Amino acid sequence: MNIPNSILTMLAGIGLTLVSLWYGQNHGLLPVAASEEATHVDNLFNTMMTISTGLFLLVQGVLVIAAVKYRRRKDDNTDGPPIHGNIPLEILWTAIPAVIVLGISVYSFEIYNEMGGLDPMSSHDHTLNVAHNMPGAAIAAPLPGTEETASQPQQAPEQKLIALGVGASPAHEGTTADVVVNVTGLQFAWIFSYPDSGVTSGELHVPANREVQLNIAANDVLHALWLPELRLKQDAIPGRTTELRFTPAKVGEYPVICAELCGSYHGAMKSRLIVHTPEEFDSWVKSQQEVANREVLEQAVAVNPANLSEGEYLAPYAEDMGVNPQILEQLRSSHDHAAHNF
Amino acid sequence: MTQQVQLQESANLPARGEEPGQRKWQDYFTFNGDHKVIGIQYLVTTFIFYLIGGMLATAVRTELATPDADFVSPELYNSLFTVHATIMIFLWIVPAGAGFANYILPLMIGAKDMAFPKLNALAFWIIPPAGILLLSSFLVGAPGAGWTSYPPLSLISGKAGEEIWILSLLLLGTSSILGAVNFVVTIFKMRIPGMGFNQMPLFCWAMLATSALILIATPVLAAALILLSFDLLAGTAFFNPTGGGDPIVYQHMFWFYSHPAVYIMILPFFGVLSEVIPVNSRKPIFGYKAIAYSSLAISFLGLIVWAHHMFTSGTPGWLRMFFMITTMVIAVPTGIKIFSWLATLWGGKLRLNSALLFAMGFISTFVLGGITGVMVASVPFDIHVHDTYFVVAHLHYVLFGGSVFGIYSAFYHWFPKMTGRMMNETWGRIHFALTYIGFNVTFLPMHVLGLQGMPRRVAMYDPKFATLNLVCSIGAYLLAVSTFPFIINAIWSWSKGPKAGDNPWDALTLEWMTTSPPPIENFDATPVLATGPYDYGMGNRDTQVGVPFSDAKDPALSAGPSSALRADPDPAVAAHPDDRQGESQNRE
Repeated sequence: MNIPNSILTMLAGIGLTLVSLWYGQNHGLLPVAASEEATHVDNLFNTMMTISTGLFLLVQGVLVIAAVKYRRRKDDNTDGPPIHGNIPLEILWTAIPAVIVLGISVYSFEIYNEMGGLDPMSSHDHTLNVAHNMPGAAIAAPLPGTEETASQPQQAPEQKLIALGVGASPAHEGTTADVVVNVTGLQFAWIFSYPDSGVTSGELHVPANREVQLNIAANDVLHALWLPELRLKQDAIPGRTTELRFTPAKVGEYPVICAELCGSYHGAMKSRLIVHTPEEFDSWVKSQQEVANREVLEQAVAVNPANLSEGEYLAPYAEDMGVNPQILEQLRSSHDHAAHNF
Repeated sequence: MTQQVQLQESANLPARGEEPGQRKWQDYFTFNGDHKVIGIQYLVTTFIFYLIGGMLATAVRTELATPDADFVSPELYNSLFTVHATIMIFLWIVPAGAGFANYILPLMIGAKDMAFPKLNALAFWIIPPAGILLLSSFLVGAPGAGWTSYPPLSLISGKAGEEIWILSLLLLGTSSILGAVNFVVTIFKMRIPGMGFNQMPLFCWAMLATSALILIATPVLAAALILLSFDLLAGTAFFNPTGGGDPIVYQHMFWFYSHPAVYIMILPFFGVLSEVIPVNSRKPIFGYKAIAYSSLAISFLGLIVWAHHMFTSGTPGWLRMFFMITTMVIAVPTGIKIFSWLATLWGGKLRLNSALLFAMGFISTFVLGGITGVMVASVPFDIHVHDTYFVVAHLHYVLFGGSVFGIYSAFYHWFPKMTGRMMNETWGRIHFALTYIGFNVTFLPMHVLGLQGMPRRVAMYDPKFATLNLVCSIGAYLLAVSTFPFIINAIWSWSKGPKAGDNPWDALTLEWMTTSPPPIENFDATPVLATGPYDYGMGNRDTQVGVPFSDAKDPALSAGPSSALRADPDPAVAAHPDDRQGESQNRE
């Protein structure tokens, strides 16, 4: 039976569409979606995968068919048909990709807005906050729980900059997040501090179905806070504070990863995101406060580090740590210098 | 031999040298001004750097074969991938494109040499010391802040290595600019009379677009590197936040060059495909003007997309939207090229030699890189995959699946012209098969790794990614092995391969209208255009019924067998205009 080419083309088109639709929705390439934002991003990715699969198969199909069907026969030294172009066809394959990328742009814009990327309110607190620590020295970072870490981001209304990060979704614009966490990246660890409760932790604990805002800073070099299951990432930039606002949706434990090259042990800069139920989160906060209170009491007996500069605080330990006391002195100088600038 | 080829060759017989040009081996170690010598100097030198960069990549993949940092120290690992990337970009792909252009471009436009031969030689001779300088950094602690060298990390991780990296890049950038000036002037001023821009081979269009990008963007990188150098050595704080500097400004300056650099790396090989595909399909290139102008469109758009590398760092929301749209729009001119190549292949008489196989491999792999390029242009999705293995996969599909496949295609295509001898096709096909399989085994799983949560530039990773990483590493070894058939084939064929003749592929562009290898100054007389560069099959045009011609309304283009008229050669310089006239009259 001789099937006309137009029928074959139509059948191939239908088959291609069906395969693309199926694979676009069932690729299983992404990890679990643990936030509302992640679900939005996954929908966008699935759409792009559907279109991409079709386009990919189309191009590969044409290549394979051409290689098989149009290969030169032995002793055939003639030329092929002199087809220079075809204006309608060229318009078609210019217009279709243009419409597709326009569509993806608009859809991406919608998703981004939905996530809070265009939150105009998030431009309120982004000030230059020049790191005053010895660059690259993890030991010079403000110690967790000290005044500087807890108070970030520093407010300076006269020095407003444009917001960086992902802010509140349109539904939450103008509201404050349920939980605020100040995040500090330093070689090679993440420090999470909770200004409302005074808790400081090496792991990120958040309640499910509550809006969380991370204010992200870096002490030494660039880092990037990546939460793969939340499909969120934001660079931690020395001298600036950036933010991420999201609503975790699934209770569980997920990785927290540094995605920006930050030095030799960059690959080891990991932590955990623990999404609790709201009740579990409250009890975690309480338990941490109790631990912190005990520690403060013990420290108060000896000395209160909050009143000391890093240099003074670290001086007794300098010898054990192999640090030259002169460097500590410079540290104090740079601290004072930075303070004068602001 | 087909009618158009006969027409073109017979018209240029007087222009052709009597004897193939021969060079002594010593010539290649001199400050020689001949563009052909310089072209080969570029290609051999850059290929050596490719092998060195490949060895570094193999070391990186050996480290990543297991989740722990057990093969090299984390510091050395960072240096390995930093120098690997720097070599592959600045000492392999970019100068390899310049190497082919140096050899082929003057021949294609019928020129005796490049516009500024000594500048040309200087541009090349900057490269070996710059490369050696970069490698010497391993003696003092190689740079380890990635090829992006973002401050503040670059300011604190080994000053000597970092400064060497900066100096090396400044030299290579200078070389690149000198080369680009030469290409632009050569294309504008040295085409034979009668070769208008629309008769110019598409490789020349691609080099024009590439050179424009180099001239506009490279000085910005130089500025960024010089300021970074001040921060590093003089204690200034342009980018150093401890002194009030802004590291984000460096990123803007860096990417203002380094995103266009992707097009600097790929555009020449788009040009190569536009030569290889029609010649080996025996068909005219489909949509000549669309392909030519899309190169310029890519060149222009390439300059306004840089901030998509910074979606997760320092760009405000509205700016992210602007750069998302401009980045996605580049898919349109790129798509035009891909579809035009496919249409050229479709219905042709494909000579599936190594050059065409690599060209088809280029399309096959580059299309995936292009698709993922549109994906990462989408801000919400890019936020997830930025700085992950998904991006590593994407960039390798563009720069290996694209540029390196393009380089190999160009090698096989023009090797007979450069050496006068044919390469062995069987070994060429083995080379292609190993490269194509090795490439996909290495880089395809990286998409999954990135989506699942593996960041890039890590020496140690979560054990759950171990299996896929092992697959990638095995693929990398296969890729390393795949270079051997090529090296052996090239060396053996260069000395012992069968003689190629002047025009082994029955091509129509002017480089094939002289001897192989061409004599000094290329042609004995000014060559002429008896046909367009891609007029395959035009000789039988009268017998073609119902074939859609886009040029039906253009009398010059639809001149058919007498398309010599299209070139409108200057009678004062045309070698034998009467011959061409007679040729067309005979057919009428």
